[in-house]
Amino acid sequence: MTMTDIMPPGLALKKVDERIMTLNVGPQHPGSGHMRIVVQIDGDYIVACDPDPGYVHRGEEKMAEYRNYITNVPHLERPVIHDSCNVLYPYVLGAEEILGIEVPERAKYVRVICSELNRCIYTMYWLAIYGIFLGHSTMFMWPAGDRELLIDLMEKVSGARVTHAHFIPGGVRNDLPANFEDVCLRQVNYFEKRIKEYAAVFYDNPILISRTQDTGILSRENAIRYGTTGSVLRASGVDYDLRVKAPYDVYDELDVHTNVMKEGDSYARSKVPWLDMIESCNIIRQALQKMPKSGSVRTKLKPNPKTKGPATVYKRVESGRGSLGCYIVSDGKTEPYRVKMSVPSFRNLLAMPNLLIGEKLGNMPSVYWSLNYWPVEADR
Amino acid sequence: MSSDSEKPVAKAKPEEKPTPPKPAPKPAAKAEEKPVELPAFEKGISDKLVEKFGDKIEVDFVKEDRIGIKTSKENVHDVAQFIRDDLHYDHAESVTGVDFPADNEIEVVYHLGSYTESSLARQVLTLSTRAPRESHPIPGQDSTKLPSLRDIFYSVEFGEREVFEMLGVYFDGHPDNRRLLLPEDWADLPPLRKDFAIKGR
Repeated sequence: MTMTDIMPPGLALKKVDERIMTLNVGPQHPGSGHMRIVVQIDGDYIVACDPDPGYVHRGEEKMAEYRNYITNVPHLERPVIHDSCNVLYPYVLGAEEILGIEVPERAKYVRVICSELNRCIYTMYWLAIYGIFLGHSTMFMWPAGDRELLIDLMEKVSGARVTHAHFIPGGVRNDLPANFEDVCLRQVNYFEKRIKEYAAVFYDNPILISRTQDTGILSRENAIRYGTTGSVLRASGVDYDLRVKAPYDVYDELDVHTNVMKEGDSYARSKVPWLDMIESCNIIRQALQKMPKSGSVRTKLKPNPKTKGPATVYKRVESGRGSLGCYIVSDGKTEPYRVKMSVPSFRNLLAMPNLLIGEKLGNMPSVYWSLNYWPVEADR
Repeated sequence: MSSDSEKPVAKAKPEEKPTPPKPAPKPAAKAEEKPVELPAFEKGISDKLVEKFGDKIEVDFVKEDRIGIKTSKENVHDVAQFIRDDLHYDHAESVTGVDFPADNEIEVVYHLGSYTESSLARQVLTLSTRAPRESHPIPGQDSTKLPSLRDIFYSVEFGEREVFEMLGVYFDGHPDNRRLLLPEDWADLPPLRKDFAIKGR
């Protein structure tokens, strides 16, 4: 006798596969970003998850094969417009090696400053989204307002609020404006004071802690196995930051502290980027102090620069989301033969289905956005 | 009051931390004798691979922090297994496909790194292999096939799916050879092949 036979009329137990419902979260759902996540739920629990990116695929890598090393600059930064300096950074380092040009010392420091400012601008935007999807409106308003401080600085430097196209092979496009050091120091000090106030309203908030602690736990072994990077990796207890482990430009002359948390849950993943922003403020202050006060910021190139011959380079930098690599194959022509962006969002995407399975559907926003994931970057 | 007490702590912070020692292995004083000095640490890793596999692999380049290994598609699985188990590289950073119509081949490049072995933190090992290229591809059903490395490096899963849709290289043994970024109704050539041209260019 089965269970169904003894049920009173009108009530029946369903088989497991009839209970399971498939939900399409996205691409129009505000909580999904520009992607679709196909989840199957059994009651309240996610039993299968299939991320489906590609809704904002722009073919950046294909476009790069048709343009020379300088005209590639403005479109390769589009995947993450808030973090445009860091997205361009590995491409620019690789192009410099292929073209065989040296970068002036002052330009390297300007790059570090811009790169750290961009990291904060991106992280604040991410934090605003993370806040609003957990229903914390204050954490949307405050970061969205405070990042204006740094956007104003980048506007002074490059002329554009986002999409700066400031890094180019050979240095940076323009020198810093007059009196920039003082303004930068003042804004960054105030910015640091502001973000430290977020602890009281957000990170020490018991409601946030109850929603994020012990959800979506990524163990150290799995974080390494999935090849995750950046804040996701460091929140799982792996001490790996390219600015320390494989310093590029002048990061080896600066004192960079790596923030590591051991918990591996959503709370740790949401806190590490915030700690990184405080560290970024320290780096900017050091760079402003050590930067040569005058000098060239750009090795001038011809409009269609010649390469040194066939070569392959792979360069990595630490972006706001993690290690960002750029693989350039050159066949000696003025256009690259192949450009591949190894983007952190794409790498962290692999962890998403593994973290969501077994979670409640209601925990999906707190796990998904804690991955520091930027859909446009994953699609390129 | 509280802000005053915090300030000295923040200022003193850089002084507490000693500057991290540069792990860059600098070549020793031999540099005067030989005109081309390969970095010793990287040379040691590539020598281990050559010792194990002999002429099954070809060392493409040995530079500071970068090692390039080429191998045939029959041997790529064994070489990857050795790289993971004996050389302690534990994850793949990216999987890249490069189309070479002149050689009638498609190259697949794995960039491998290590989080667990601290001496390898700066290193990236480039493992590349080549698949035959068809002039009229039918992705998944022609001879453009390679063994999947997903059972060795779990992190290549999405990278190999991307290479399949963008260049038409089918990975034997991959559990999920579906499209990832392209639309479901894409019926043209795989777009990163060189014979696929952007309109107007």
